[in-house]
Amino acid sequence: MSPRPGFVLEVDRSTPPTLFWHGERFALERLPTGSRVIYGPEPLAALADPVAAIRHALTHPLGDVDPLPAQLRPGMRLTIAFDDVSLPLPPMRRPDLRQLVIEQVLELAADAGVDDVVLIAALALHRRMTEPELRHALGDRVYDAFAPHDLLWQHDAEDPDNLVHLGLTDHGEDVEINKRAAESDLLVYVNINLVAMDGGHKSVATGLASYRSLRHHHNARTMQHSRSFMDQHQSELHTSNWRMGRLIAASGVKVFQIETTLNTDTFPEQFRFLQRREWEWTLRDRASFVASSNSLRRTPPRLARQLLHGIRAPHRMTSVQAGEVEAVHALTTEHVYAQQRVEVEGQSDILTMGLPYICPYNVNSIMNPILVACLGLGYFFNLYRGKPLVREGGVLILHHPTPNEFNPVHHPSYIDFFEQVLTETTDPVEIGKYEESFATDPWYIHLYRTGHAYHGVHPFYMWYWCAHALEHLGAVIVVGGDREAVRRLGFKRASTLADALEMAEDVVGRDPWLTHLHAPPVMMADVR
Amino acid sequence: MKKALVFERNVPRFAAARVAAAIAGSGRGTGIGPLRLTEVDPPALPGPGWHRVRPTLAGICGSDLATLDAKSSRYFEELVSFPFVPGHEVVGVVEEADGPDPLAPGTRVVVEPVLGCIPRAITPPCPACAEGRTGGCERVAFGHLSPGLQIGYCADTGGGWSAAGLVAHRVQLHAVPDGLTDEDAVMVEPTACAVHAALDAEVDPDDVVAVLGAGTLGLATIAALRTLTTPATLIAGAKHAHQRQLAAELGADSVVTPDQLPRAVRRRSRSLALADQLTAGADVVVDCVGSAESLRQSLAMVRPRGRVVLVGMPGSVHIDLAPLWHREVALTGAYAYGTELVDGVARRTFDIAIDVVGAHGLGRLVSARYPLERYEEAVAHAGAAGRRGAVKIVFDLEARPPTSPARPRHSPKGPPA
Repeated sequence: MSPRPGFVLEVDRSTPPTLFWHGERFALERLPTGSRVIYGPEPLAALADPVAAIRHALTHPLGDVDPLPAQLRPGMRLTIAFDDVSLPLPPMRRPDLRQLVIEQVLELAADAGVDDVVLIAALALHRRMTEPELRHALGDRVYDAFAPHDLLWQHDAEDPDNLVHLGLTDHGEDVEINKRAAESDLLVYVNINLVAMDGGHKSVATGLASYRSLRHHHNARTMQHSRSFMDQHQSELHTSNWRMGRLIAASGVKVFQIETTLNTDTFPEQFRFLQRREWEWTLRDRASFVASSNSLRRTPPRLARQLLHGIRAPHRMTSVQAGEVEAVHALTTEHVYAQQRVEVEGQSDILTMGLPYICPYNVNSIMNPILVACLGLGYFFNLYRGKPLVREGGVLILHHPTPNEFNPVHHPSYIDFFEQVLTETTDPVEIGKYEESFATDPWYIHLYRTGHAYHGVHPFYMWYWCAHALEHLGAVIVVGGDREAVRRLGFKRASTLADALEMAEDVVGRDPWLTHLHAPPVMMADVR
Repeated sequence: MKKALVFERNVPRFAAARVAAAIAGSGRGTGIGPLRLTEVDPPALPGPGWHRVRPTLAGICGSDLATLDAKSSRYFEELVSFPFVPGHEVVGVVEEADGPDPLAPGTRVVVEPVLGCIPRAITPPCPACAEGRTGGCERVAFGHLSPGLQIGYCADTGGGWSAAGLVAHRVQLHAVPDGLTDEDAVMVEPTACAVHAALDAEVDPDDVVAVLGAGTLGLATIAALRTLTTPATLIAGAKHAHQRQLAAELGADSVVTPDQLPRAVRRRSRSLALADQLTAGADVVVDCVGSAESLRQSLAMVRPRGRVVLVGMPGSVHIDLAPLWHREVALTGAYAYGTELVDGVARRTFDIAIDVVGAHGLGRLVSARYPLERYEEAVAHAGAAGRRGAVKIVFDLEARPPTSPARPRHSPKGPPA
């Protein structure tokens, strides 16, 4: 039986309560009659033989480029860059797609007699990956072959000796990327395209770039003009990256792009109810829900976090394409949409969403309040094409505990941003005046380069991610959030969903129309 | 005979107050401590130049609380004389004067309480007094008065917590300008301490200055630093929301909670960090708390060869001075007032403080006024001022004794108490 497409449910009196994520917990909420719930398509069938599919993609590239084996020769410098720990979510079961792809690329390189090979984790300004995270992404064989010989690098956006400025785009944007990558005879970039935003020219132009380059598109203005940043053709973020990517190509950097897509088989068997429609829950699903909910409720938050971050997703590859960046990305985007697209008619007054324990920037870490805002107002709000799911001036209701808690190792500058910037202003444009002092702070730079800290400027990017939503919405309400943290974010707090709906009526009027985004698993709403 | 609060030497009561304060919190042991409400005669004028002052408002200071909580350092034992009437933050009215150049009865005055060489009729005065640095007087336990470093700690002068009044020498009295309210005026003494500290901090224009603590002294210090110095950045650590708001209003560029202060200093000074110790740090840290923890924090966030100014009254503290030694930090106390040199001009600290109080409207820091009869409540309120949304608690010597429990009066401009 083929997987069913996405579905928009209209809530009536017989509709069972709807599942909401609530950080490390879940909640069942009864939505008002007439509300609609958007469910993503069921997981697409995985490729039967992913290794063969990868081989085929490498030898049958898209666009005007030679097959990978034809581009490999003895004595050449080959660099293989790959997406970092922020993808996929949750981390997938072994073998990770990066491992499968890189092993094939390395086999071809070995066959061609290529000796000078370096692997680079394309961190941009993200934290450095730990050894277990690298082993998970690359597999032990690749890790052991490269890491001990200092051939497994993590991109350092603050290493002046290993950055090269390639020039300015016709919009005056600096393009500065990893020197080894830029000066290699061939740069192979291995992507996991979890959402439509990922990949394309963004891979190299962002993943291997410096702050000097990134600041041109990671800012409030760009994000306010990206509607949404999940829709490449309406995204100023992408337009800027595309300009940079083309300049990179024009500078002579040869990029062989490999992009892979995943199905939305996101949670293992014991959490399978999370990706099923509630009225179709079997007795086993109900039992799993009750058991999971009860045990998570009784588990101390730190332990619950640990348990959930231990989840390895069963999602599997649905496509792999390789070759010229733009040709590859066009087909990849089709595959992403095929898995995630749901047609939706019209915008509602209120959009609700339950936020889970994880986002791209807190893998094996704490979802701090800034990341909660970013996940809700950045990522989930932007999971649309056409128009936002909620009308202008509408209300976004997030379901998350929003603990006032930070990981000091991973997010040191987030703490200062929360305490010293958000106390002054929550306006994404206004906060820009503090950006440079964070971006150039020697302590944050030290921690980014030598520890496992996100770059000093990263919390600003998280807040810029919210810029479009903040401009669009009339109010944001967080159900069950920490009072002080929610207040600091500039949002309102409600104890229950019913309270939040009453509060929302002050903004959008009586009897509002409500949409609930039933994610994750991730989806993309095509709103007409 | 009039009502007054008198502090007596009474070891069992002293011990009881200490235990109660340790268990129930600052200011909660007053009822069983050495302070008692009694009837006293007005103090006699000690000699020529002395005035009798009828207090209008008298503040409860951090050092008063330390005394009532029996937490004061034993260092002070020889510098006070018993029994004494506390209260050294005083605005009042001259009732009687003796000697040359008297102030006219009815003149509204604030009292500069240090009992230096001139009030003590010591001639020649000690070097500090000769230079006008009365806070540094070497003879506060000598002369024709009983020992007592200030009015409010001397058995002969009375103090502000008394309807029977106090006596002060002409050199200790400053006429209050008409533009200042009584609430403003009662803030002059603590503001003079803040002015002295701000000037003692030797702030340069490029400096990052951190102020630890945002009670009365901390807030007044922020106002004084903002008025009298031009630091590049003035960062304040304030525990409670109303303190943070006031600190920002009084001129702090950045206000954070105390636990965040080292982080804010680190960021502004673009320092690195090794565990809790900043490698660089603030040029000047003004510690308006005076605890072991605040001193430790001050040393952890001051730059090498920087300056820590201790304004809050410390007691016996245990602290690791290795960073002070290794980083060649200057640790200096800032006590009281005297004469300051501002732009090459010598001015009495109190005169500068009167300007600062007027410029910032510091009378708004007075949060509640109590009659003497409700001294236990007043002291408890002062002991929990921060938690209860208050700053300065004062005795109102003109208030009628209550016939039934009444709510304290709040300053119209002050935060809720």
